[in-house]
Amino acid sequence: MYYDKLIFEISTEGRKGYTLPTPEIKRYDLPETLLRDDCPGLPEVSELDVVRHYTNVSFKNFGIEKGFYPLGSCTMKYNPKINQDMSNLPGFTSIHPYQPIETMQGLLHVYYETQRMLSEISGLDTFTLNSYAGAHGELVGLMIMKAYHESRGDFKRKKVIVPDSAHGTNPASATVAGLESVEVKSNKDGTVNVNDLKAVLDDEVAGIMLTNPNTAGIFEKDILTIAKLVHDAGGLLYYDGANLNPLLGIARPGDMGFDIMHINLHKTFSTPHGGGGPGSGPVGVNKKLVKFLPKPVIEKHEEGYTIDYDGDALTIGQISHFYGNAGVYLKAYTYLLTIGKENLPNVARYSTLNANYIKESLKDVYHLPIEGVCKHEFVFDGLKDKSTGVKTLDIAKRLLDFDMHPPTVYFPLTFKEAIMIEPPENESKQTIDRFIDVMRSIAKEAIENPEKVKGAPYNTVVKRLDEALAARNPIVKYKDLLEQ
Amino acid sequence: MHKYLPHTHEDIKAMLEKIGVNDIDALFAEIPKALLNKDIDIPSSMSELEIFDHMNHLASSNKPLIPFIGAGAYDHYTPSIIRHLIERQEFLTAYTPYQPEISQGTLQYIFEFQSMITQLTGMDVSNASMYDGATATAEAMFMACAQRRKDKILVSQTVNPNIVEVIKTYARYKGIEVVMVAEKEGITDLESVRLTLDSETAGLIVQTPNFYGNIENYSEFKATLDEHKALFIINQDPSTLGHLKTPRAWGADIAVGDCQTLGVPLSFGGPYIGYMATTTKYMRKMPGRICGVTKDTDGKRAFVLTLQAREQHIRREKANSNICSNQSLLALFVTIYMALLGKKGVYEVQQRSIDNAHYLEEALLKLPSFEKVYPQPFFKEFTLRTHLDIDTMLKKLEEKGYLGPLPLRRYANDKTDLVTFAVTEKRSKKQIDEFVSILGGLS
Amino acid sequence: MNIPKDLYYTESHEWVRVEDGVAYVGITDYAQDSLGEIVFIELPEENDQLTQFSEFAAIESVKAASDLNAPLSGVVLAINEELEDNPELLNEDPYENWIIKIEIEDDTEINKLLNAEEYANVCE
Repeated sequence: MYYDKLIFEISTEGRKGYTLPTPEIKRYDLPETLLRDDCPGLPEVSELDVVRHYTNVSFKNFGIEKGFYPLGSCTMKYNPKINQDMSNLPGFTSIHPYQPIETMQGLLHVYYETQRMLSEISGLDTFTLNSYAGAHGELVGLMIMKAYHESRGDFKRKKVIVPDSAHGTNPASATVAGLESVEVKSNKDGTVNVNDLKAVLDDEVAGIMLTNPNTAGIFEKDILTIAKLVHDAGGLLYYDGANLNPLLGIARPGDMGFDIMHINLHKTFSTPHGGGGPGSGPVGVNKKLVKFLPKPVIEKHEEGYTIDYDGDALTIGQISHFYGNAGVYLKAYTYLLTIGKENLPNVARYSTLNANYIKESLKDVYHLPIEGVCKHEFVFDGLKDKSTGVKTLDIAKRLLDFDMHPPTVYFPLTFKEAIMIEPPENESKQTIDRFIDVMRSIAKEAIENPEKVKGAPYNTVVKRLDEALAARNPIVKYKDLLEQ
Repeated sequence: MHKYLPHTHEDIKAMLEKIGVNDIDALFAEIPKALLNKDIDIPSSMSELEIFDHMNHLASSNKPLIPFIGAGAYDHYTPSIIRHLIERQEFLTAYTPYQPEISQGTLQYIFEFQSMITQLTGMDVSNASMYDGATATAEAMFMACAQRRKDKILVSQTVNPNIVEVIKTYARYKGIEVVMVAEKEGITDLESVRLTLDSETAGLIVQTPNFYGNIENYSEFKATLDEHKALFIINQDPSTLGHLKTPRAWGADIAVGDCQTLGVPLSFGGPYIGYMATTTKYMRKMPGRICGVTKDTDGKRAFVLTLQAREQHIRREKANSNICSNQSLLALFVTIYMALLGKKGVYEVQQRSIDNAHYLEEALLKLPSFEKVYPQPFFKEFTLRTHLDIDTMLKKLEEKGYLGPLPLRRYANDKTDLVTFAVTEKRSKKQIDEFVSILGGLS
Repeated sequence: MNIPKDLYYTESHEWVRVEDGVAYVGITDYAQDSLGEIVFIELPEENDQLTQFSEFAAIESVKAASDLNAPLSGVVLAINEELEDNPELLNEDPYENWIIKIEIEDDTEINKLLNAEEYANVCE
């Protein structure tokens, strides 16, 4: 049975879902002139109403614990339960951010150690955990890039070089940080074209933003050359940590020459995506940039941890109200302790093994535009047989009928029918083999019964949606529905 | 073998065979040798039992105190069922709702969240949430500047200084000029707004209840701003909106704030959740996700991310904001909170905060060591002058298990003897009485 | 792809029809096809002064957003208000549904526009 009620539609006047102690203190009335003259139209429901409602709503979602989730560039790995339990300990959740320093040493230890372990893993000197998400980390990183050049009196460096295969967030972050993005065409495999890069390197370049491996899963083998070219031109290298997973314990962005990077704890370090947040996007920098990190700064001394609210005179400033998403980095910290030094390289190795295995198992029926070894993810450019008219979108929707989350589709933009597959390290060979079987059966069905594939999905709670209708006639709240 | 890594020797062998290489390291052959195998100083893998011990030890080396402080993080009551519901794997482990057919759960609660935020604020449209209240305010500044094509913003001195800091950071790099508007008797001075406002101004940012706890009165603000077509941005604690006049009623073009006050645990400052709401007129300039209603091919009602042409993945370098995700799970948290409280509860719960705060103020003013500073009405937070040594006071309170008021000396040279208290519905009369008697003992 | 012979074009896919010193401006068939389902258009106001090849409007589809550039300089004489409520008309018939009318300021600017044949090359 499909549950389609909104919480407002099960509201019954007079019901309530909370309790309060008997009042012991006399009522105080605020001045009438400051009060609203109506009552906010919130629903009135019992506790069981709420529990049933959101439980039924939850059934309309697809989580990692249900099935395979090979979303490229999103690293949908298992979110361990112990992480959740540890971050929920009252000794962490009940701490006010302005408590005296000596009453929050445990939390400060977690902050400091997490950033220190990230430094070790990435080869950069120091991290801040204050940034809330990957995009937030990018913004902070680019602010640091700009602040660095300005601190040297170099005000004309405004250009940020971004490959055309990059995610749209990269150029958007550059604009928001007051920089200008300059797109460079990439090679067919999405790697940087060194000659094209040379052509744009001048004394106006602030830096370059790269993911490595890139969005097609290809390691930038000229990275040392690229780093030298950019540094020689006076620019800095920014590492977008979206694809860090296949390098864990294998190679470090800092050693490659990157000066600034962000990490998505909700990708590489197993914290849940939560349907779109909260994430955490720590930003790491090399030694010469540490003083630009945002404030407040958590510091370690012999006598314990302290918080420097003012930061260095060169700090880019404050970018969050407090100290970032503690509830998230507590989970990443727990994960790092669980995985440990000895297993870290296997995260990289097995995710890479899984991706190459899928690639080799399907390339006879799906078009593989980039031959050769990939890292943790790779891209197909639609079906090999294009005559059926079955598009990538159809394949994605058909996968839904087999209880599998589709891969990332239509990204990177450099491939018209891109299907970007990332099978994280904790997926077993059995799960992966089933995915391969399903992908092959869809390819077969595309030839035998293309209309069937184009009409998918069939087993989901709703079918394909009219997105144009939603955008032309925006209904964005319950009241709009009532007025319709 | 590790519990998160399932491959057996046989699995690996079979997979390598399919790929056509002899060992896994061959898959990393293109990485320059000089980069490989650096020693990394992180601990060895720990078992669950060891982690329990370690984390419990760390948690117990924090000392929870009973807060009489707010300053952006408030100790409100969290109904027990919220955590159980938001930790359902369907919500917790799902990706951003890009595949709407299997994300109707996330999309539906975002729609409910938007509906509730618009009910509280009186605005026409809300997005799916922002990182926190401070960044939401900074994003509102970007939105106003983009809309008006101006690069100057006014910010009231009564706005929480941490929010001002974030605004200034965002403004500095984007090339926006921030001009502070003076306060008068603890609220934004309209006269100062008039003097600072000019044709180059994109908008004004104010906060109510403000940093000192005072409730601001925005009569005549809108008309003043309209003279220069400047946008009115109000940052307001959403938990006060069961009582107080809405941003819409004051004429706000953009309403923002932090929903931490809707039952979200203190958690050392995060994760919290910002909100942003605006009028239909500016809907297409708003950053972040927005969920709308549509139909599927069978005509069934369904939810979908909409107005995506605003967003960074489409606009790229022309986007007004680089924000991708939101604080989705926290949006679910506060949606459930608002559903449980309902239209009566949101008023009743905060009436207790109001009662408690005024009871505390009255008791403190009976002590010789405290006196009133501002003649303004307040909600759950208020500022007093104290003759006590502030460090001694805070230390004494800490010894008894209380987290004292916020000293304002860090934020303003002329406020070295001012302290700001916050009291929520969670404080019992017994706690408040004990708190007062500790302070009374110092006088 | 439909490219009427009697119109002028820009490289950014706007068309112009010149009638008695007035220019009717719209988007080409190629533009509407690349954008996909058009959901919103942000129009300028009457009497706005436009400069050749600078932005004058924004158009949004489900999956794309694009700025429109003025093919000629001049004052906006009229806007097609029907498009505000029914932007999909631009998908249905891009040449019938003009977006704005401009009072042409400088005839010689027309020389900088493309003819149908030249525009066809742009679309290839």
